[in-house]
Order: sequence, then structure tokens, then C-alpha cells
Amino acid sequence: MSESTATATQRSTGDRGRPAAAAPRRSWVRPLLLALVLVVLLALPLYIEEFWLRTGFAVCVAIVGAIGLNLLVGTTGQLSLAQGFFLAVGATTYVFVSGESGGIGLADLSGLGWPPLVGMIAGVLAAGLAGLLFSPIAARLRGIYLGVASLGLVFIGQHVLNSWTSVTGGFNGRSAPEFSLFGFTFGNRDPELYVLAVPFREAERLWYLGLVLALGAYLFARNLLRSRPGRALQTLRDSEVAASVMGVNVQGYKARVFLVSSMYAGLAGVMFALSVGSIAPESFGLEVSILYLAMIVLGGLGSVGGAVLGAVFVTALPLIFQRYADVVPLVGGPGESGLAAGEAARYLFGLAIILVVLFEPAGLAGLAGRFRRKGRGSGGGRLTRRSSAVTSSSTTSVPSDRPAQGSTT
Amino acid sequence: MTQFLSLLLNGISLGAIYALIALGFVIIFKASEVVSFTHGSLLLLGAYTIARLSDPLGFYLAALVGVAITALAAFVVERLIINRLRGAPVISLAIVTIGVDIILLTELIRRIGSDILNVPHPWGGGSFRIGDVGISMNRLIATIVAGVLIALFFVAFKYSSWGVSMRASAEDGETAALMGIRLGRVSALAWAVAGALAGVAALFLVGSPTPGVSPSAYTVALRAFPAAILGGLDSTGGALVGGLLIGLAESFAAGYQEQLLFLGRGFGDVVPYIVMIIVLLVRPSGLFGTKELTRV
Repeated sequence: MSESTATATQRSTGDRGRPAAAAPRRSWVRPLLLALVLVVLLALPLYIEEFWLRTGFAVCVAIVGAIGLNLLVGTTGQLSLAQGFFLAVGATTYVFVSGESGGIGLADLSGLGWPPLVGMIAGVLAAGLAGLLFSPIAARLRGIYLGVASLGLVFIGQHVLNSWTSVTGGFNGRSAPEFSLFGFTFGNRDPELYVLAVPFREAERLWYLGLVLALGAYLFARNLLRSRPGRALQTLRDSEVAASVMGVNVQGYKARVFLVSSMYAGLAGVMFALSVGSIAPESFGLEVSILYLAMIVLGGLGSVGGAVLGAVFVTALPLIFQRYADVVPLVGGPGESGLAAGEAARYLFGLAIILVVLFEPAGLAGLAGRFRRKGRGSGGGRLTRRSSAVTSSSTTSVPSDRPAQGSTT
Repeated sequence: MTQFLSLLLNGISLGAIYALIALGFVIIFKASEVVSFTHGSLLLLGAYTIARLSDPLGFYLAALVGVAITALAAFVVERLIINRLRGAPVISLAIVTIGVDIILLTELIRRIGSDILNVPHPWGGGSFRIGDVGISMNRLIATIVAGVLIALFFVAFKYSSWGVSMRASAEDGETAALMGIRLGRVSALAWAVAGALAGVAALFLVGSPTPGVSPSAYTVALRAFPAAILGGLDSTGGALVGGLLIGLAESFAAGYQEQLLFLGRGFGDVVPYIVMIIVLLVRPSGLFGTKELTRV
């Protein structure tokens, strides 16, 4: 019981910076900082080039997906490798519902041609439905069995994507319709839009869409974790027995968190289709699921902010490597000697995952928290616990038991 | 009927290979409570080593070295990483093996590139026939070798001191440690054995009827996962049954593809996962896995 309280305290520290009692007089700093960041993010399209905006939207996609996965894996302790599958369900549904019928090449595609907003909602709901259908299995399986069972979903999904050509476009995939909201398209024209003499084209518009959706996803998850169900989920991770003794409906909550997580993935899938402009089976393979897992592990299991950090890191790194291939050591551009950008990034992720689990189970969020405590000196050392999300079981002898740096001076 | 028999034979041989890999999963899980997602790339490492070395060293020596290197790699992973995380939650352990897997797989895929490396099995691509029923020579030998290895393993597991100490530490780690069993050593040895089994599986998996060593061998290895889960992750006998079941299911689904065409082409590749999900619906801990009981 004290366990879960400890984690709960940690979460609130992780998100809000400090316990209310620690530094009441500086409590305005954080909102101000957040507002500043928001203004900068909103103003960015006026200054930076398209590449960065596109990267930004891809990051937003990953943020939504990672937050969803983190609710399942980090908060509730249910290992899932099926994120790629649920992304695929969301993306495919969007493309099918909003896309037009017609033939491309040999394939005869069918589509409903409904408004994109309906398509987006349908995508989220369809992914949720898929999650709900799988949840009878998910709710009954313990951690590791679920991990492998969800691995199966990815491969089944790949098979369906490849064979159900009329909906998914088959092996070659199909293009995704532009998003539009009440007549305002998120494309290059229609209407032509200039803000301060900067043309707002597809990249700029999608950037704002991404910001809104990612922010919404963040707030929803944060509030969920602070509410009664959120506490229940954390108790569930720490000990199923304790949770059920406390009156938590174990099966019910497991099924529901699976539903929420897959709906997040569905939204991320829709956004992915918008970001790339098309869908293809290879975009939703096992590798994608593993990358999402990498995001939340690197960011810090169980922390919403951590998921965001991890998503930024994992998504942006390969793109940046690619672009600055001539500057980054060891990395060569396409056709040159040296590592390809994606490979270099993957080595780094693999290594980072191992190091994080070995030395800093709370991930980037934990590092940030540690840094913050250090910066505050002795005043911040009130919380000496480092019961991290990953190492929640009371018998752990993992490095998290080291005394927190900066906890005492 | 002929088709049925030959599919049955092929299914059994494929199942024997899966059983080898699945047995590795189970041994590792029993000894160190880790579900090793590294196994796919370990297998690929074995296949790659054998393919690369069989030119300079000759096939048999290369096979030996390949199996040894796979075992060594698994051993090193255990010593360097898993050993330091004793007692950590199962999920962290699984995630760490995914990290290892990413690194190893990226390196191997980079080295293999888009080539298909050939392993020159001395028994070639010929097939063995009884009447009309045929099976590739490679698969036949695989079945025999796998059978012998599995039998050896079960004998060792039952009678050797390693087997006894491993069963003891799986039963109750703390008590076993108090009785003087060195858990670290047991677990390291288990990883090495599992690695060696994966190496042997790799040796046969890349022979006929499969074209050769390509990154797709990795996905084949992953299909041993359902085999291990199906039988129950902590049951060695279950791994054997699970492997055979998966092998048979895959072989039949691929063989009767024409009749199953409404399910899409290449349906055989996903059958293992479908079988696994169905079994898990009925028995959440697999066919022979011990049910987890919680006492409050």
C-alpha cells in the first residue's frame, strides 16, 4: 500500500515539478514556463522550415501513440507489443471511411467518402473496438503471456493488411485523404492562407492539428492517472492481489485500460496516415511496436511526460541523423560508407534501452526529476524514495535502490 | 492422401525445429524468469556465422563454430545484463532483451544486406522418398537430430546435477540458493544451452526447402514463441508438444492454401499465432503451464 502511495507521489512530482509543500513561493514558475513553451510552439511555423514542421507532426503522432501505450505498459504493467496493430486499425479505418472508391492500377479500392472528421472518429472507435475484442484475452493473461499474445496480433494484422486489398490497398497500400474540418482543408490550398506574409500550407496546418491532438492526449492521460481509475491501475501494476483486496475489479480495469490504450493508438494511426499521406503494411510491422516500446521505456514507464520525451527522442533522432548525415560522426548518407541514419538510430535505441533498464529505470523523466532535485539542493530532498515505475515490486534489488543523488546534502 | 501424409511429415519436421527453439525459451524462463526476445536474432546470428564460415572452414566445422558462437552470445548476454537484474520485474527483463535484440538484429541485417547467403549442406537439397510421400533430406536429418538432442536434454534435465539444480532453482530460488546451488551459474548455463539449441535450429532452418540465410529467418524464429506459450512457458514437455502443434498447423495451412484462399495468400505464416490465441482463450497459462495461484 505504501508502495502505491509512493509512486503516486512520484507521479505528481514528475508532472508538476514538486510537491506543493516544498516550494510554494515558486509555484508560478512552471505555468509561466508552460505558457512560454506553448507560445513558442504556436509561433514556430512562422520561422522554421517545412522539414522541422513535418518532423514535429511525426513527433506528435508518436506522442499520442506513446502516451496510450504507456497507460497500458507503464501504468498498468501489461506488456503489449500490439501497438503497431492498433495503429494499423485506426489508419486503415480512416482511409477506408474517408477515402473515395476507385481503382489504382490493378487494385479495386472501395471507400465511403465520408468527411475526414468522421473518418478520424471512426478510426479511433474501430481501434477501440479491436482492443475490446482482444481484451477478453488481455484481461486474463498475465504480463508476459500478454506480451507474446499481442505479438500475434501484429502478424495477423500484417496478414490482413496484405490480403484485404479492397480496403487496405494490399501490399502497396493506398493514399490517405487530406484532413479537413468544416470546409477548411489541412492541405496546400483551399483556402490559400497567409499569416504575416508566411504561406500556411499543409505542413503548417498539420503542425497545429498535431499540437492540439497531442495536448489533448496529454491532458486526458494526466487527468486519468490522477483520478480514481488511475490510482486503481497503478495498484494493479504493483500487486494484483492487493488491488483486488482493495476492491478494484482487476479484470474489468485491465480490459478498460486496453480499450483506452488502443483508442489512443487508433488516433495515432489516423494521424500517421495524415503525416505520411499514405498507408502501407510495412508501416505497421513489429518494428513499429518495438519503437513505441522504446519510447516509453526511454521516457520513463508510467510517466505521461516521460512518454512525450521518449516520443520526441525516438521519432526525431533518425530524421535528424538523416538530415545531418555529413555532420554526425559515423553516419553516412544514402549510398555513402558508414551507417545509414536509421541503423545508427536503432543502435542507439537498443543501447539506450539496455542502459535505462540497468541504471535509470525511471527513464528520461527520472533523469529530469533527479536533475531538478539536484538543482534545488537540500530543499528538494524531502522525497528520498526512488520507487520507480519499472521496479515496483518490493523485492527488487535493481539499481533503483541506490540512494537518490541530491536527496541529502 | 499422399499430400496429407507428406504435409504431416513436413509438419513434424518443422515442429521439431520449432520445438528446439521453444525449448530454449522454456529453459531460459525456468532458470532466470526471463522471456527472451533475443532469441530471434541469436538464431540469425547462428545462421549467419555458419553461412559465412562454411567457405573457409568447411561445413561441419563451421556448424560447430556457429552453434558455439550462438551459445557464447547467449551466455554473454546473461552475464553482462540479465545477471545484474536478478529479481527485477518480468517486464523490465523482457524489455531489456528487446534492447539487445534491436542491436544484434540491426547489425546482422546490415551485414547480410539484401543477399541470401547460402549454407552448403553436404546432404544438399535432395529429398527422401517412401513411395509417393517425400520430405527434404535436410528436414529429415533435422528431425532426427532434434529428436536426439531433445531426448538428451530431457535425460540431462532429469538426472544430471545441472538438471537437478536447475529444477530446484526453478521450483524455489531462495531455498535452492540456501542449499548451495549457485543461481547465477545455473542461469548462465541455461542461457548457453538455449543459445546452442537455437544455433542447431538455425543450422537446419536455413536449409531446403527454405532458400538460405536472409533476415526473414528472424520471423521464422519468432514463430517458436507461440510454440513455447502454447505449451506453457514453464513446461519443457509443453514446448515439445507446442512446437509440434505449431509445425503441423503451419504445414497444413500452407499445404491446403488453395482451399483456404479466401483467407488470403500466405495464411500459413500467421496460423501459429491464431492457434496460440485460441489456446490462450481457453487456457491462459498454456496447455501444460502451471496455473499461477495467489495466496493471500
